[in-house]
Amino acid sequence: MNATDKIAGAGLVPPEKLIFELSHPGLTAVSLADGDVPAAPPARVLPAELLAQSSPPLPEVGELDLVRHFTRLAHRLFSVDSNFYPLGSCTMKYNPKVNERAVAMPGLCHLHPLQPEADLQGILELLYHTRVFLEEIAGLAEATLQPCAGAHGEMTGVMIINAYHRHRGEDRPKILTPDSAHGTNPATCAMCGRHTSTVASGPDGRVDMADLRAKVDSSTAAMMITNPSTVGLFDPQIAEMARILHDQGALLYLDGANMNAILGITRPGDFGVDVMHFNVHKTFSTPHGCGGPGAGPVAVAEHLRPFLPGPQVVKHDDGSFGWASPGPLSIGRVRSFYGQISVLIRTYAYIRALGADGLRQVSEKAVLSANYLAALLKDHYRLPFTPPFAHEFIMVPEFREHGVTELDVAKRLIDYAIHPPTMSWPVAHCLMIEPTECESLATLDEFADAMIAIAEEAKTTPDRLHHAPLTMPVQRLDEVTAARKPDLRWNPPDEPSTQS
Amino acid sequence: MNYLQLNDSDVQRMLNAMGVERVADLFRDIPAASRLDHPLALPGPLSEMELLADLQRLANANHGLDELTCFLGGGMYDHFIPTVVDELASQSEFVTAYTPYQAEASQGALQAFYEYQTLICLLTGMDVSNASLYEGATAAAEAVLMARAATGRKQVVVSATVHPHTRETLATYLAALPMQIVTVEAPAGVTSPEALRAHVGEQTAAVLIQTPNVFGCVERLDLLSNIAHDCGAMVIASVDPVSCGLLKTPGSLGVYIAVGDAQALGIPLSLGGPSLGFMACKREHMRRMPGRLVGATTDRSGRRAFCLTLQTREQHIRRERATSNICTNQGLCALRVAIHLSALGRGGLAQVARLCLDKAHYAAERIAGLTGFELRFAAPFFKEFVVRTTKNVDAVLGHARRRGILAGVPLGPWYPELSDCLLVAVTEKRTRDEIDRLAAALNEA
Ligand SMILES: Cc1ncc(COP(=O)(O)O)c(C=O)c1O
Repeated sequence: MNATDKIAGAGLVPPEKLIFELSHPGLTAVSLADGDVPAAPPARVLPAELLAQSSPPLPEVGELDLVRHFTRLAHRLFSVDSNFYPLGSCTMKYNPKVNERAVAMPGLCHLHPLQPEADLQGILELLYHTRVFLEEIAGLAEATLQPCAGAHGEMTGVMIINAYHRHRGEDRPKILTPDSAHGTNPATCAMCGRHTSTVASGPDGRVDMADLRAKVDSSTAAMMITNPSTVGLFDPQIAEMARILHDQGALLYLDGANMNAILGITRPGDFGVDVMHFNVHKTFSTPHGCGGPGAGPVAVAEHLRPFLPGPQVVKHDDGSFGWASPGPLSIGRVRSFYGQISVLIRTYAYIRALGADGLRQVSEKAVLSANYLAALLKDHYRLPFTPPFAHEFIMVPEFREHGVTELDVAKRLIDYAIHPPTMSWPVAHCLMIEPTECESLATLDEFADAMIAIAEEAKTTPDRLHHAPLTMPVQRLDEVTAARKPDLRWNPPDEPSTQS
Repeated sequence: MNYLQLNDSDVQRMLNAMGVERVADLFRDIPAASRLDHPLALPGPLSEMELLADLQRLANANHGLDELTCFLGGGMYDHFIPTVVDELASQSEFVTAYTPYQAEASQGALQAFYEYQTLICLLTGMDVSNASLYEGATAAAEAVLMARAATGRKQVVVSATVHPHTRETLATYLAALPMQIVTVEAPAGVTSPEALRAHVGEQTAAVLIQTPNVFGCVERLDLLSNIAHDCGAMVIASVDPVSCGLLKTPGSLGVYIAVGDAQALGIPLSLGGPSLGFMACKREHMRRMPGRLVGATTDRSGRRAFCLTLQTREQHIRRERATSNICTNQGLCALRVAIHLSALGRGGLAQVARLCLDKAHYAAERIAGLTGFELRFAAPFFKEFVVRTTKNVDAVLGHARRRGILAGVPLGPWYPELSDCLLVAVTEKRTRDEIDRLAAALNEA
């Protein structure tokens, strides 16, 4: 193949080799000092049976090729910083740059978790305030910052619920979840040794109260609910649900994934929630990092405090800050050390930058933006539920007679340089749209225009949608083969025998 | 407010377009009784200058490793992070993207994770790696759950040399499940094969070993694996990935699932998190793996392309029958690890491992030569070791701290029988001069 063929054979963006395919013997991208102490020959100080003949065949690249490779990969990626990203349930809001500066401050970043508390007064103060802010926003008595993400917060919460019932001498094996629950809810229950029972939703998308009443009994540990729900509706029956559960000795768990709709407007503790988790990587602007890290702090009402995991960050009477060991009823540790600290620093910075009024505006504008988009799109896509919506809404593309599915619509949006909404969940064939509070009116209008144009294309040029996206480094993937014949790693070609 | 971009007239236009009078009307589903009638009790908003000043004040109130010389380990290590790692991983596309659900628009992340998975497999000698778990302790707990599902057995045997945080986390994870934890004591600082043999049986789903262990000692994975295999139990090894530059891979020593914390591979200490839990296994256990997996496939024109795969294991498809509840993982940390390992390369990882070995042994020799200090265990060690002192441990640590040295982790809180002991870690970052100053400080104390 000559050079022109190579260009002609590529898509708009040429393929990027694997880092292993860039490897060239003897190169490295780091410069390490030579040893300054006498050598400890491995063969003398380590058991021969455990010593490797050669070190792992990691790729060998120089610094420039390393930089080019990972820069090119970065450019093959939609992100909030480069694209509108209305991915429902994920709250892809702007991630303020000042937060990144904060976590890079040497005095906040180069801290070892086993340093004495006296060395850590600044970070402990920050964590303590973050904890107190989250307690206030939740309207609950105490929060733990330990959980690593939303699902880990759920697990912490359900373990707390288990411990609470056990302490009261009860074994309650059942947890209720609405049919629209996020997959992590039932998966969490299973990991915590509970089984789930599904509560139906009515045609209006709200919990079917008759079904709830029928399913709550003395074996019910709790109900896990997302409110506003995963279909983007605030369920006004929530306080009544709490009453029904509490009357039976059960607890109400709130999946706080959708807190972005209610900041400073209502508090979970005020509508009967006993325990909840936050997703700070949704609500409090910490970046998603291609999948993480996030953090999932858990807040509980007074009666659940003794069961919180430890250690807890506390303020002592003398005004200093420290770690407190958990009491005898605590569920124990849910991870090593203390939490996703640099993620929590960003949480702190965000809450401090906005204050109470700013947070309320966040929710108002998030809800306004979602409802505005729903109004612009309602004549082009079916809205299964009636507005007003919370900070997100679902709509259903109905172009089946043209052979066009929600997948086609989503993929075509990529050609408009917009990240697709969440697809096919929690209602079959739907798109879930969450614009967040951060977008300009121009961006919202451009998105609506693109969706309307795609609705038109679905009827006139459906094939274009079937082939979409056309502007990316790759076109639609063979995901079936990916799952049937999993290729999950690169394999080194047989290592050439090294001649010396 | 600089994070928001709708002005008052935008708001009005939007309301008009909807035929809604006031923004408050959009919240009418929230019953009045649950509505907050006062502002949240939070401190007032800060301008960027004020915020930076506040953060700087908090940073200044810490004494971190930018001022102190660190010999602390105990699970988190002060390794060198090359500038390229910070620079490349902080590219804002990587930072601000979500999980790569939409493959066509996410090839950059997917390819990076495929490379990460490969690097972890190369390091551990395993067939399959997932795209990351939260951190080392939860990764070990997930591995035990995998072994439970694979064997249907009801007991896990754990060495006392496994980090106490890992053991405590495991106990929390197993609290509501019919699964018993049996601990093998290790008075010599390593797990003795005889002691392990006395504790395993036909109900043992897995044996969990950490190597180098919490005391820095290298475990005889080869011998311990054989004992586990004899009773049909799976071997789970939690390994220090840096030691893989020097030691045989867990995969070649009979381990079924290798896990560990990859903080040492390019992730800032950040008070212990976020780090990254890696997990790799033999191919036969691939479908029991928790977490995301990235696979290579082709697109419709036959080009190599990457996507999330085997998703029927995961919570969003399988719900209560999923292999785990994990959803958000440690994506950006996995990217850092991939960049860090690629930057080091084959020679670099081996060199870091050798430097750690050399410096730790130099430090151990210096300290063991001081009056009132001795090595607590005779077992071979890698970059961390335990010293016993006849002096008061807190006084020793306090004295060194006044000299600007974090001399080690006191072991009493974790192992009461070792309350006269310190755990000292020495990475490639420590210089001979710093080690000599540590020895001098211990000597004076
Ligand atoms: C409603 C809901 N619940 C739970 C989760 C899980 O949170 P995480 O991904 O942080 O574990 C998500 C996130 O995707 C969610 O949208």
